[in-house]
Amino acid sequence: MMTAAPDNVIDVRGLTKSFGGRKVVDSFDVQVPRGRIYGFLGPNGSGKTTTLRMICGLLTPDAGEGTCLGFDIVEEAAEVKRRIGYMTQKFSFWEDLSIRENLEFVADLYGLDRRKERVDTALQNLNLVDRQKQLAGQLSGGWKQRLALAACILHEPELLLLDEPTAGVDPKARREFWDEIHRLAAEGLTVLVSTHYMDEAERCHAIIYMSYGRLVTQGTVKDVIRGAGLSTWVVRGQNLMPLARELEAEKAVKTVAPFGDNLHVSGTDKQALEAALKPYFNREGLSWHEAEPSFEDIFIRYMADAQDNFKGAENGNEGDAA
Amino acid sequence: MTTSLFSFRRARAILAKEFIQLRRDTVTLRMIVMIPIMQLLLFGYALNTDPKHLPTAVISQDSSPIARAFVAGLKNTDYFSIDHEPRSEAEATEMLQRGDVLFVVSIPPNFERDLLRGEKPKLLIEADASDPVATSGALSAANGMMDRVLKEELKGTLAPLRPAKPPVELRLHRAYNPEGFTRYNIVPGLIAIILTMTGIMMTALAITRERERGTMENLLAMPVRPLEVMVGKITPYVVIGFVQAAIIVAVAWALFQVPVVGSLWLLAATLIIFITCNMAIGFTLSAAAENQTQAIQMSMMVTLPSIMLSGFLFPFRGMPEWAQVIGNIMPATHFINISRGILLKGSGMAEIWPHVWPLLVFMAAITLIAMKRYRRTLD
Ligand SMILES: Nc1ncnc2c1ncn2[C@@H]1O[C@H](COP(=O)(O)OP(=O)(O)O)[C@@H](O)[C@H]1O
Ligand SMILES: [Mg+2]
Repeated sequence: MMTAAPDNVIDVRGLTKSFGGRKVVDSFDVQVPRGRIYGFLGPNGSGKTTTLRMICGLLTPDAGEGTCLGFDIVEEAAEVKRRIGYMTQKFSFWEDLSIRENLEFVADLYGLDRRKERVDTALQNLNLVDRQKQLAGQLSGGWKQRLALAACILHEPELLLLDEPTAGVDPKARREFWDEIHRLAAEGLTVLVSTHYMDEAERCHAIIYMSYGRLVTQGTVKDVIRGAGLSTWVVRGQNLMPLARELEAEKAVKTVAPFGDNLHVSGTDKQALEAALKPYFNREGLSWHEAEPSFEDIFIRYMADAQDNFKGAENGNEGDAA
Repeated sequence: MTTSLFSFRRARAILAKEFIQLRRDTVTLRMIVMIPIMQLLLFGYALNTDPKHLPTAVISQDSSPIARAFVAGLKNTDYFSIDHEPRSEAEATEMLQRGDVLFVVSIPPNFERDLLRGEKPKLLIEADASDPVATSGALSAANGMMDRVLKEELKGTLAPLRPAKPPVELRLHRAYNPEGFTRYNIVPGLIAIILTMTGIMMTALAITRERERGTMENLLAMPVRPLEVMVGKITPYVVIGFVQAAIIVAVAWALFQVPVVGSLWLLAATLIIFITCNMAIGFTLSAAAENQTQAIQMSMMVTLPSIMLSGFLFPFRGMPEWAQVIGNIMPATHFINISRGILLKGSGMAEIWPHVWPLLVFMAAITLIAMKRYRRTLD
């Protein structure tokens, strides 16, 4: 067995997967270094789940290759499975087993020693000692997530793949969940976590943004913001919705996003954006100022792009006519 | 540090999980017990009628007192109503074919003379056995009648003719159903059919349920091998199969006095092979089924031919060649023969072996296919 820890816990290149002739993941590369928390972002259907499944050996890539913890993701999937924890997007533990039975089952499948001790510890950490006999199906969403996480780390994996672990979980539980993730990462665990939440993305060491099966950008949040080359203006005032509609019609304006009582207006061409916005600067009741684009602006912009791509694919000429 | 090829701990973990889930699934548990009982009662009572006064034709070519005593004896059993007296055998056969009569009794010429000479004359009873329910009671009554009549008629000087061996040979000719289907035959057959029905479906559902609920993704993400999953998933249903078989045999014995002649141990041993065959079929189907509805439909597709072509409903040798070929591939066909042999005829290993080895071959082949078809990924 390899003992030298590879620099990149995940190192895959050219991953491609099609379903029914449609490329869902297209030549996707990703490297995740040891001990880091990587956020995996992208609109629904962009291929995040499919990518995670390929990394942990649940799907066979049509093309591409790579290693996970130094093991080939296709040839040595069995070795990969023993060393990683994968938390599925949908709760996938056994709802008709009790909390304790689920944990014991997992311990057996991984062939763990000191089963009772480990399960007891996990239950204590979960604060579920009193409810250990309750069926998993009776738990609320937040508790299910916690149980799933506890079960995924029971065998002390070196890598955690989490697929939208906090979808539908209340903010407090979400916060605790992330504290736990950071505590685990501090102990050397590597994490790749897909999410839709901006605040969660900002809690990651780095993010990977995917759209239509392709890598759009990756890096630290700062890098990504800088790399996006976005200029943003903030406008404050009354009755902003009609204005938003007007602004959206401007060619240089890529996105208009409401944030409370102001609008973030962003574009990729700084000069063109300024020129386009000039006529609005003197409107009554509006106050304009240029701002650093937030991560959310970037994210919204990528989302908008993705939608444009989609439209373009459906009726090719519309873009030129506009 | 490689993952071992087969881990008993992992197989046991799957097994324990299946048992726990089953224990909490009261609907399924109730079905497991109720299906065999309901089926048995249905078939048992539907077939348990014991009709009397059945239309019978007699061709008597001997008018001796003994011959007449026999005819009277038949009448006295209450099963035979002698209302046709055809003049020729051809006419009698025609009556049987048309269904005017269910029996044709033929007394050969010189019956009494041959009897007194000790030449064992033949008394022929042809029965329309395509309706075995109707005829089986009558035929056994005819058998008993013979002894009585002979005892009464061969008295005094004729007494020495009353040896241990009956001086008359009663020939039963079961037309249209040479195997002599009786309601007894239904019970051993029912074991095979019920185990096929529930076994295939429950195993197929056990896997597709995991897929449908999304737990399969979790199971596949953990280091567990197909054989471990299969052993763990199948074992509980083997136990269930035994429970069902025991219910059927016990209820049949208690309610319908179906005999248990042979060794129950031998039956149990062959039962394991048969149940495993069905489980492996279910396992294979589950690889193709996307959801539980499909799994049920596929199970029905396999179960129906087992009911129709295994010799359960229709006499096997009466089926067309092609149907027999298909029937011979199916485990139910062989197990019906095995269980009939053991339960009704007291057959031992030597007699049932011709049906045991095809089961073993089938089991090996279908297990291999099941393992090959088991999806290790979500592709
Ligand atoms: N097993 C599958 N069969 C067919 N299409 C699939 C399958 N899994 C995913 N897809 C499709 O692939 C695309 C990407 O899905 P997914 O990887 O789940 O995206 P994400 O996790 O980013 O929302 C979607 O359009 C989805 O419908
Ligand atoms: Mg997803």
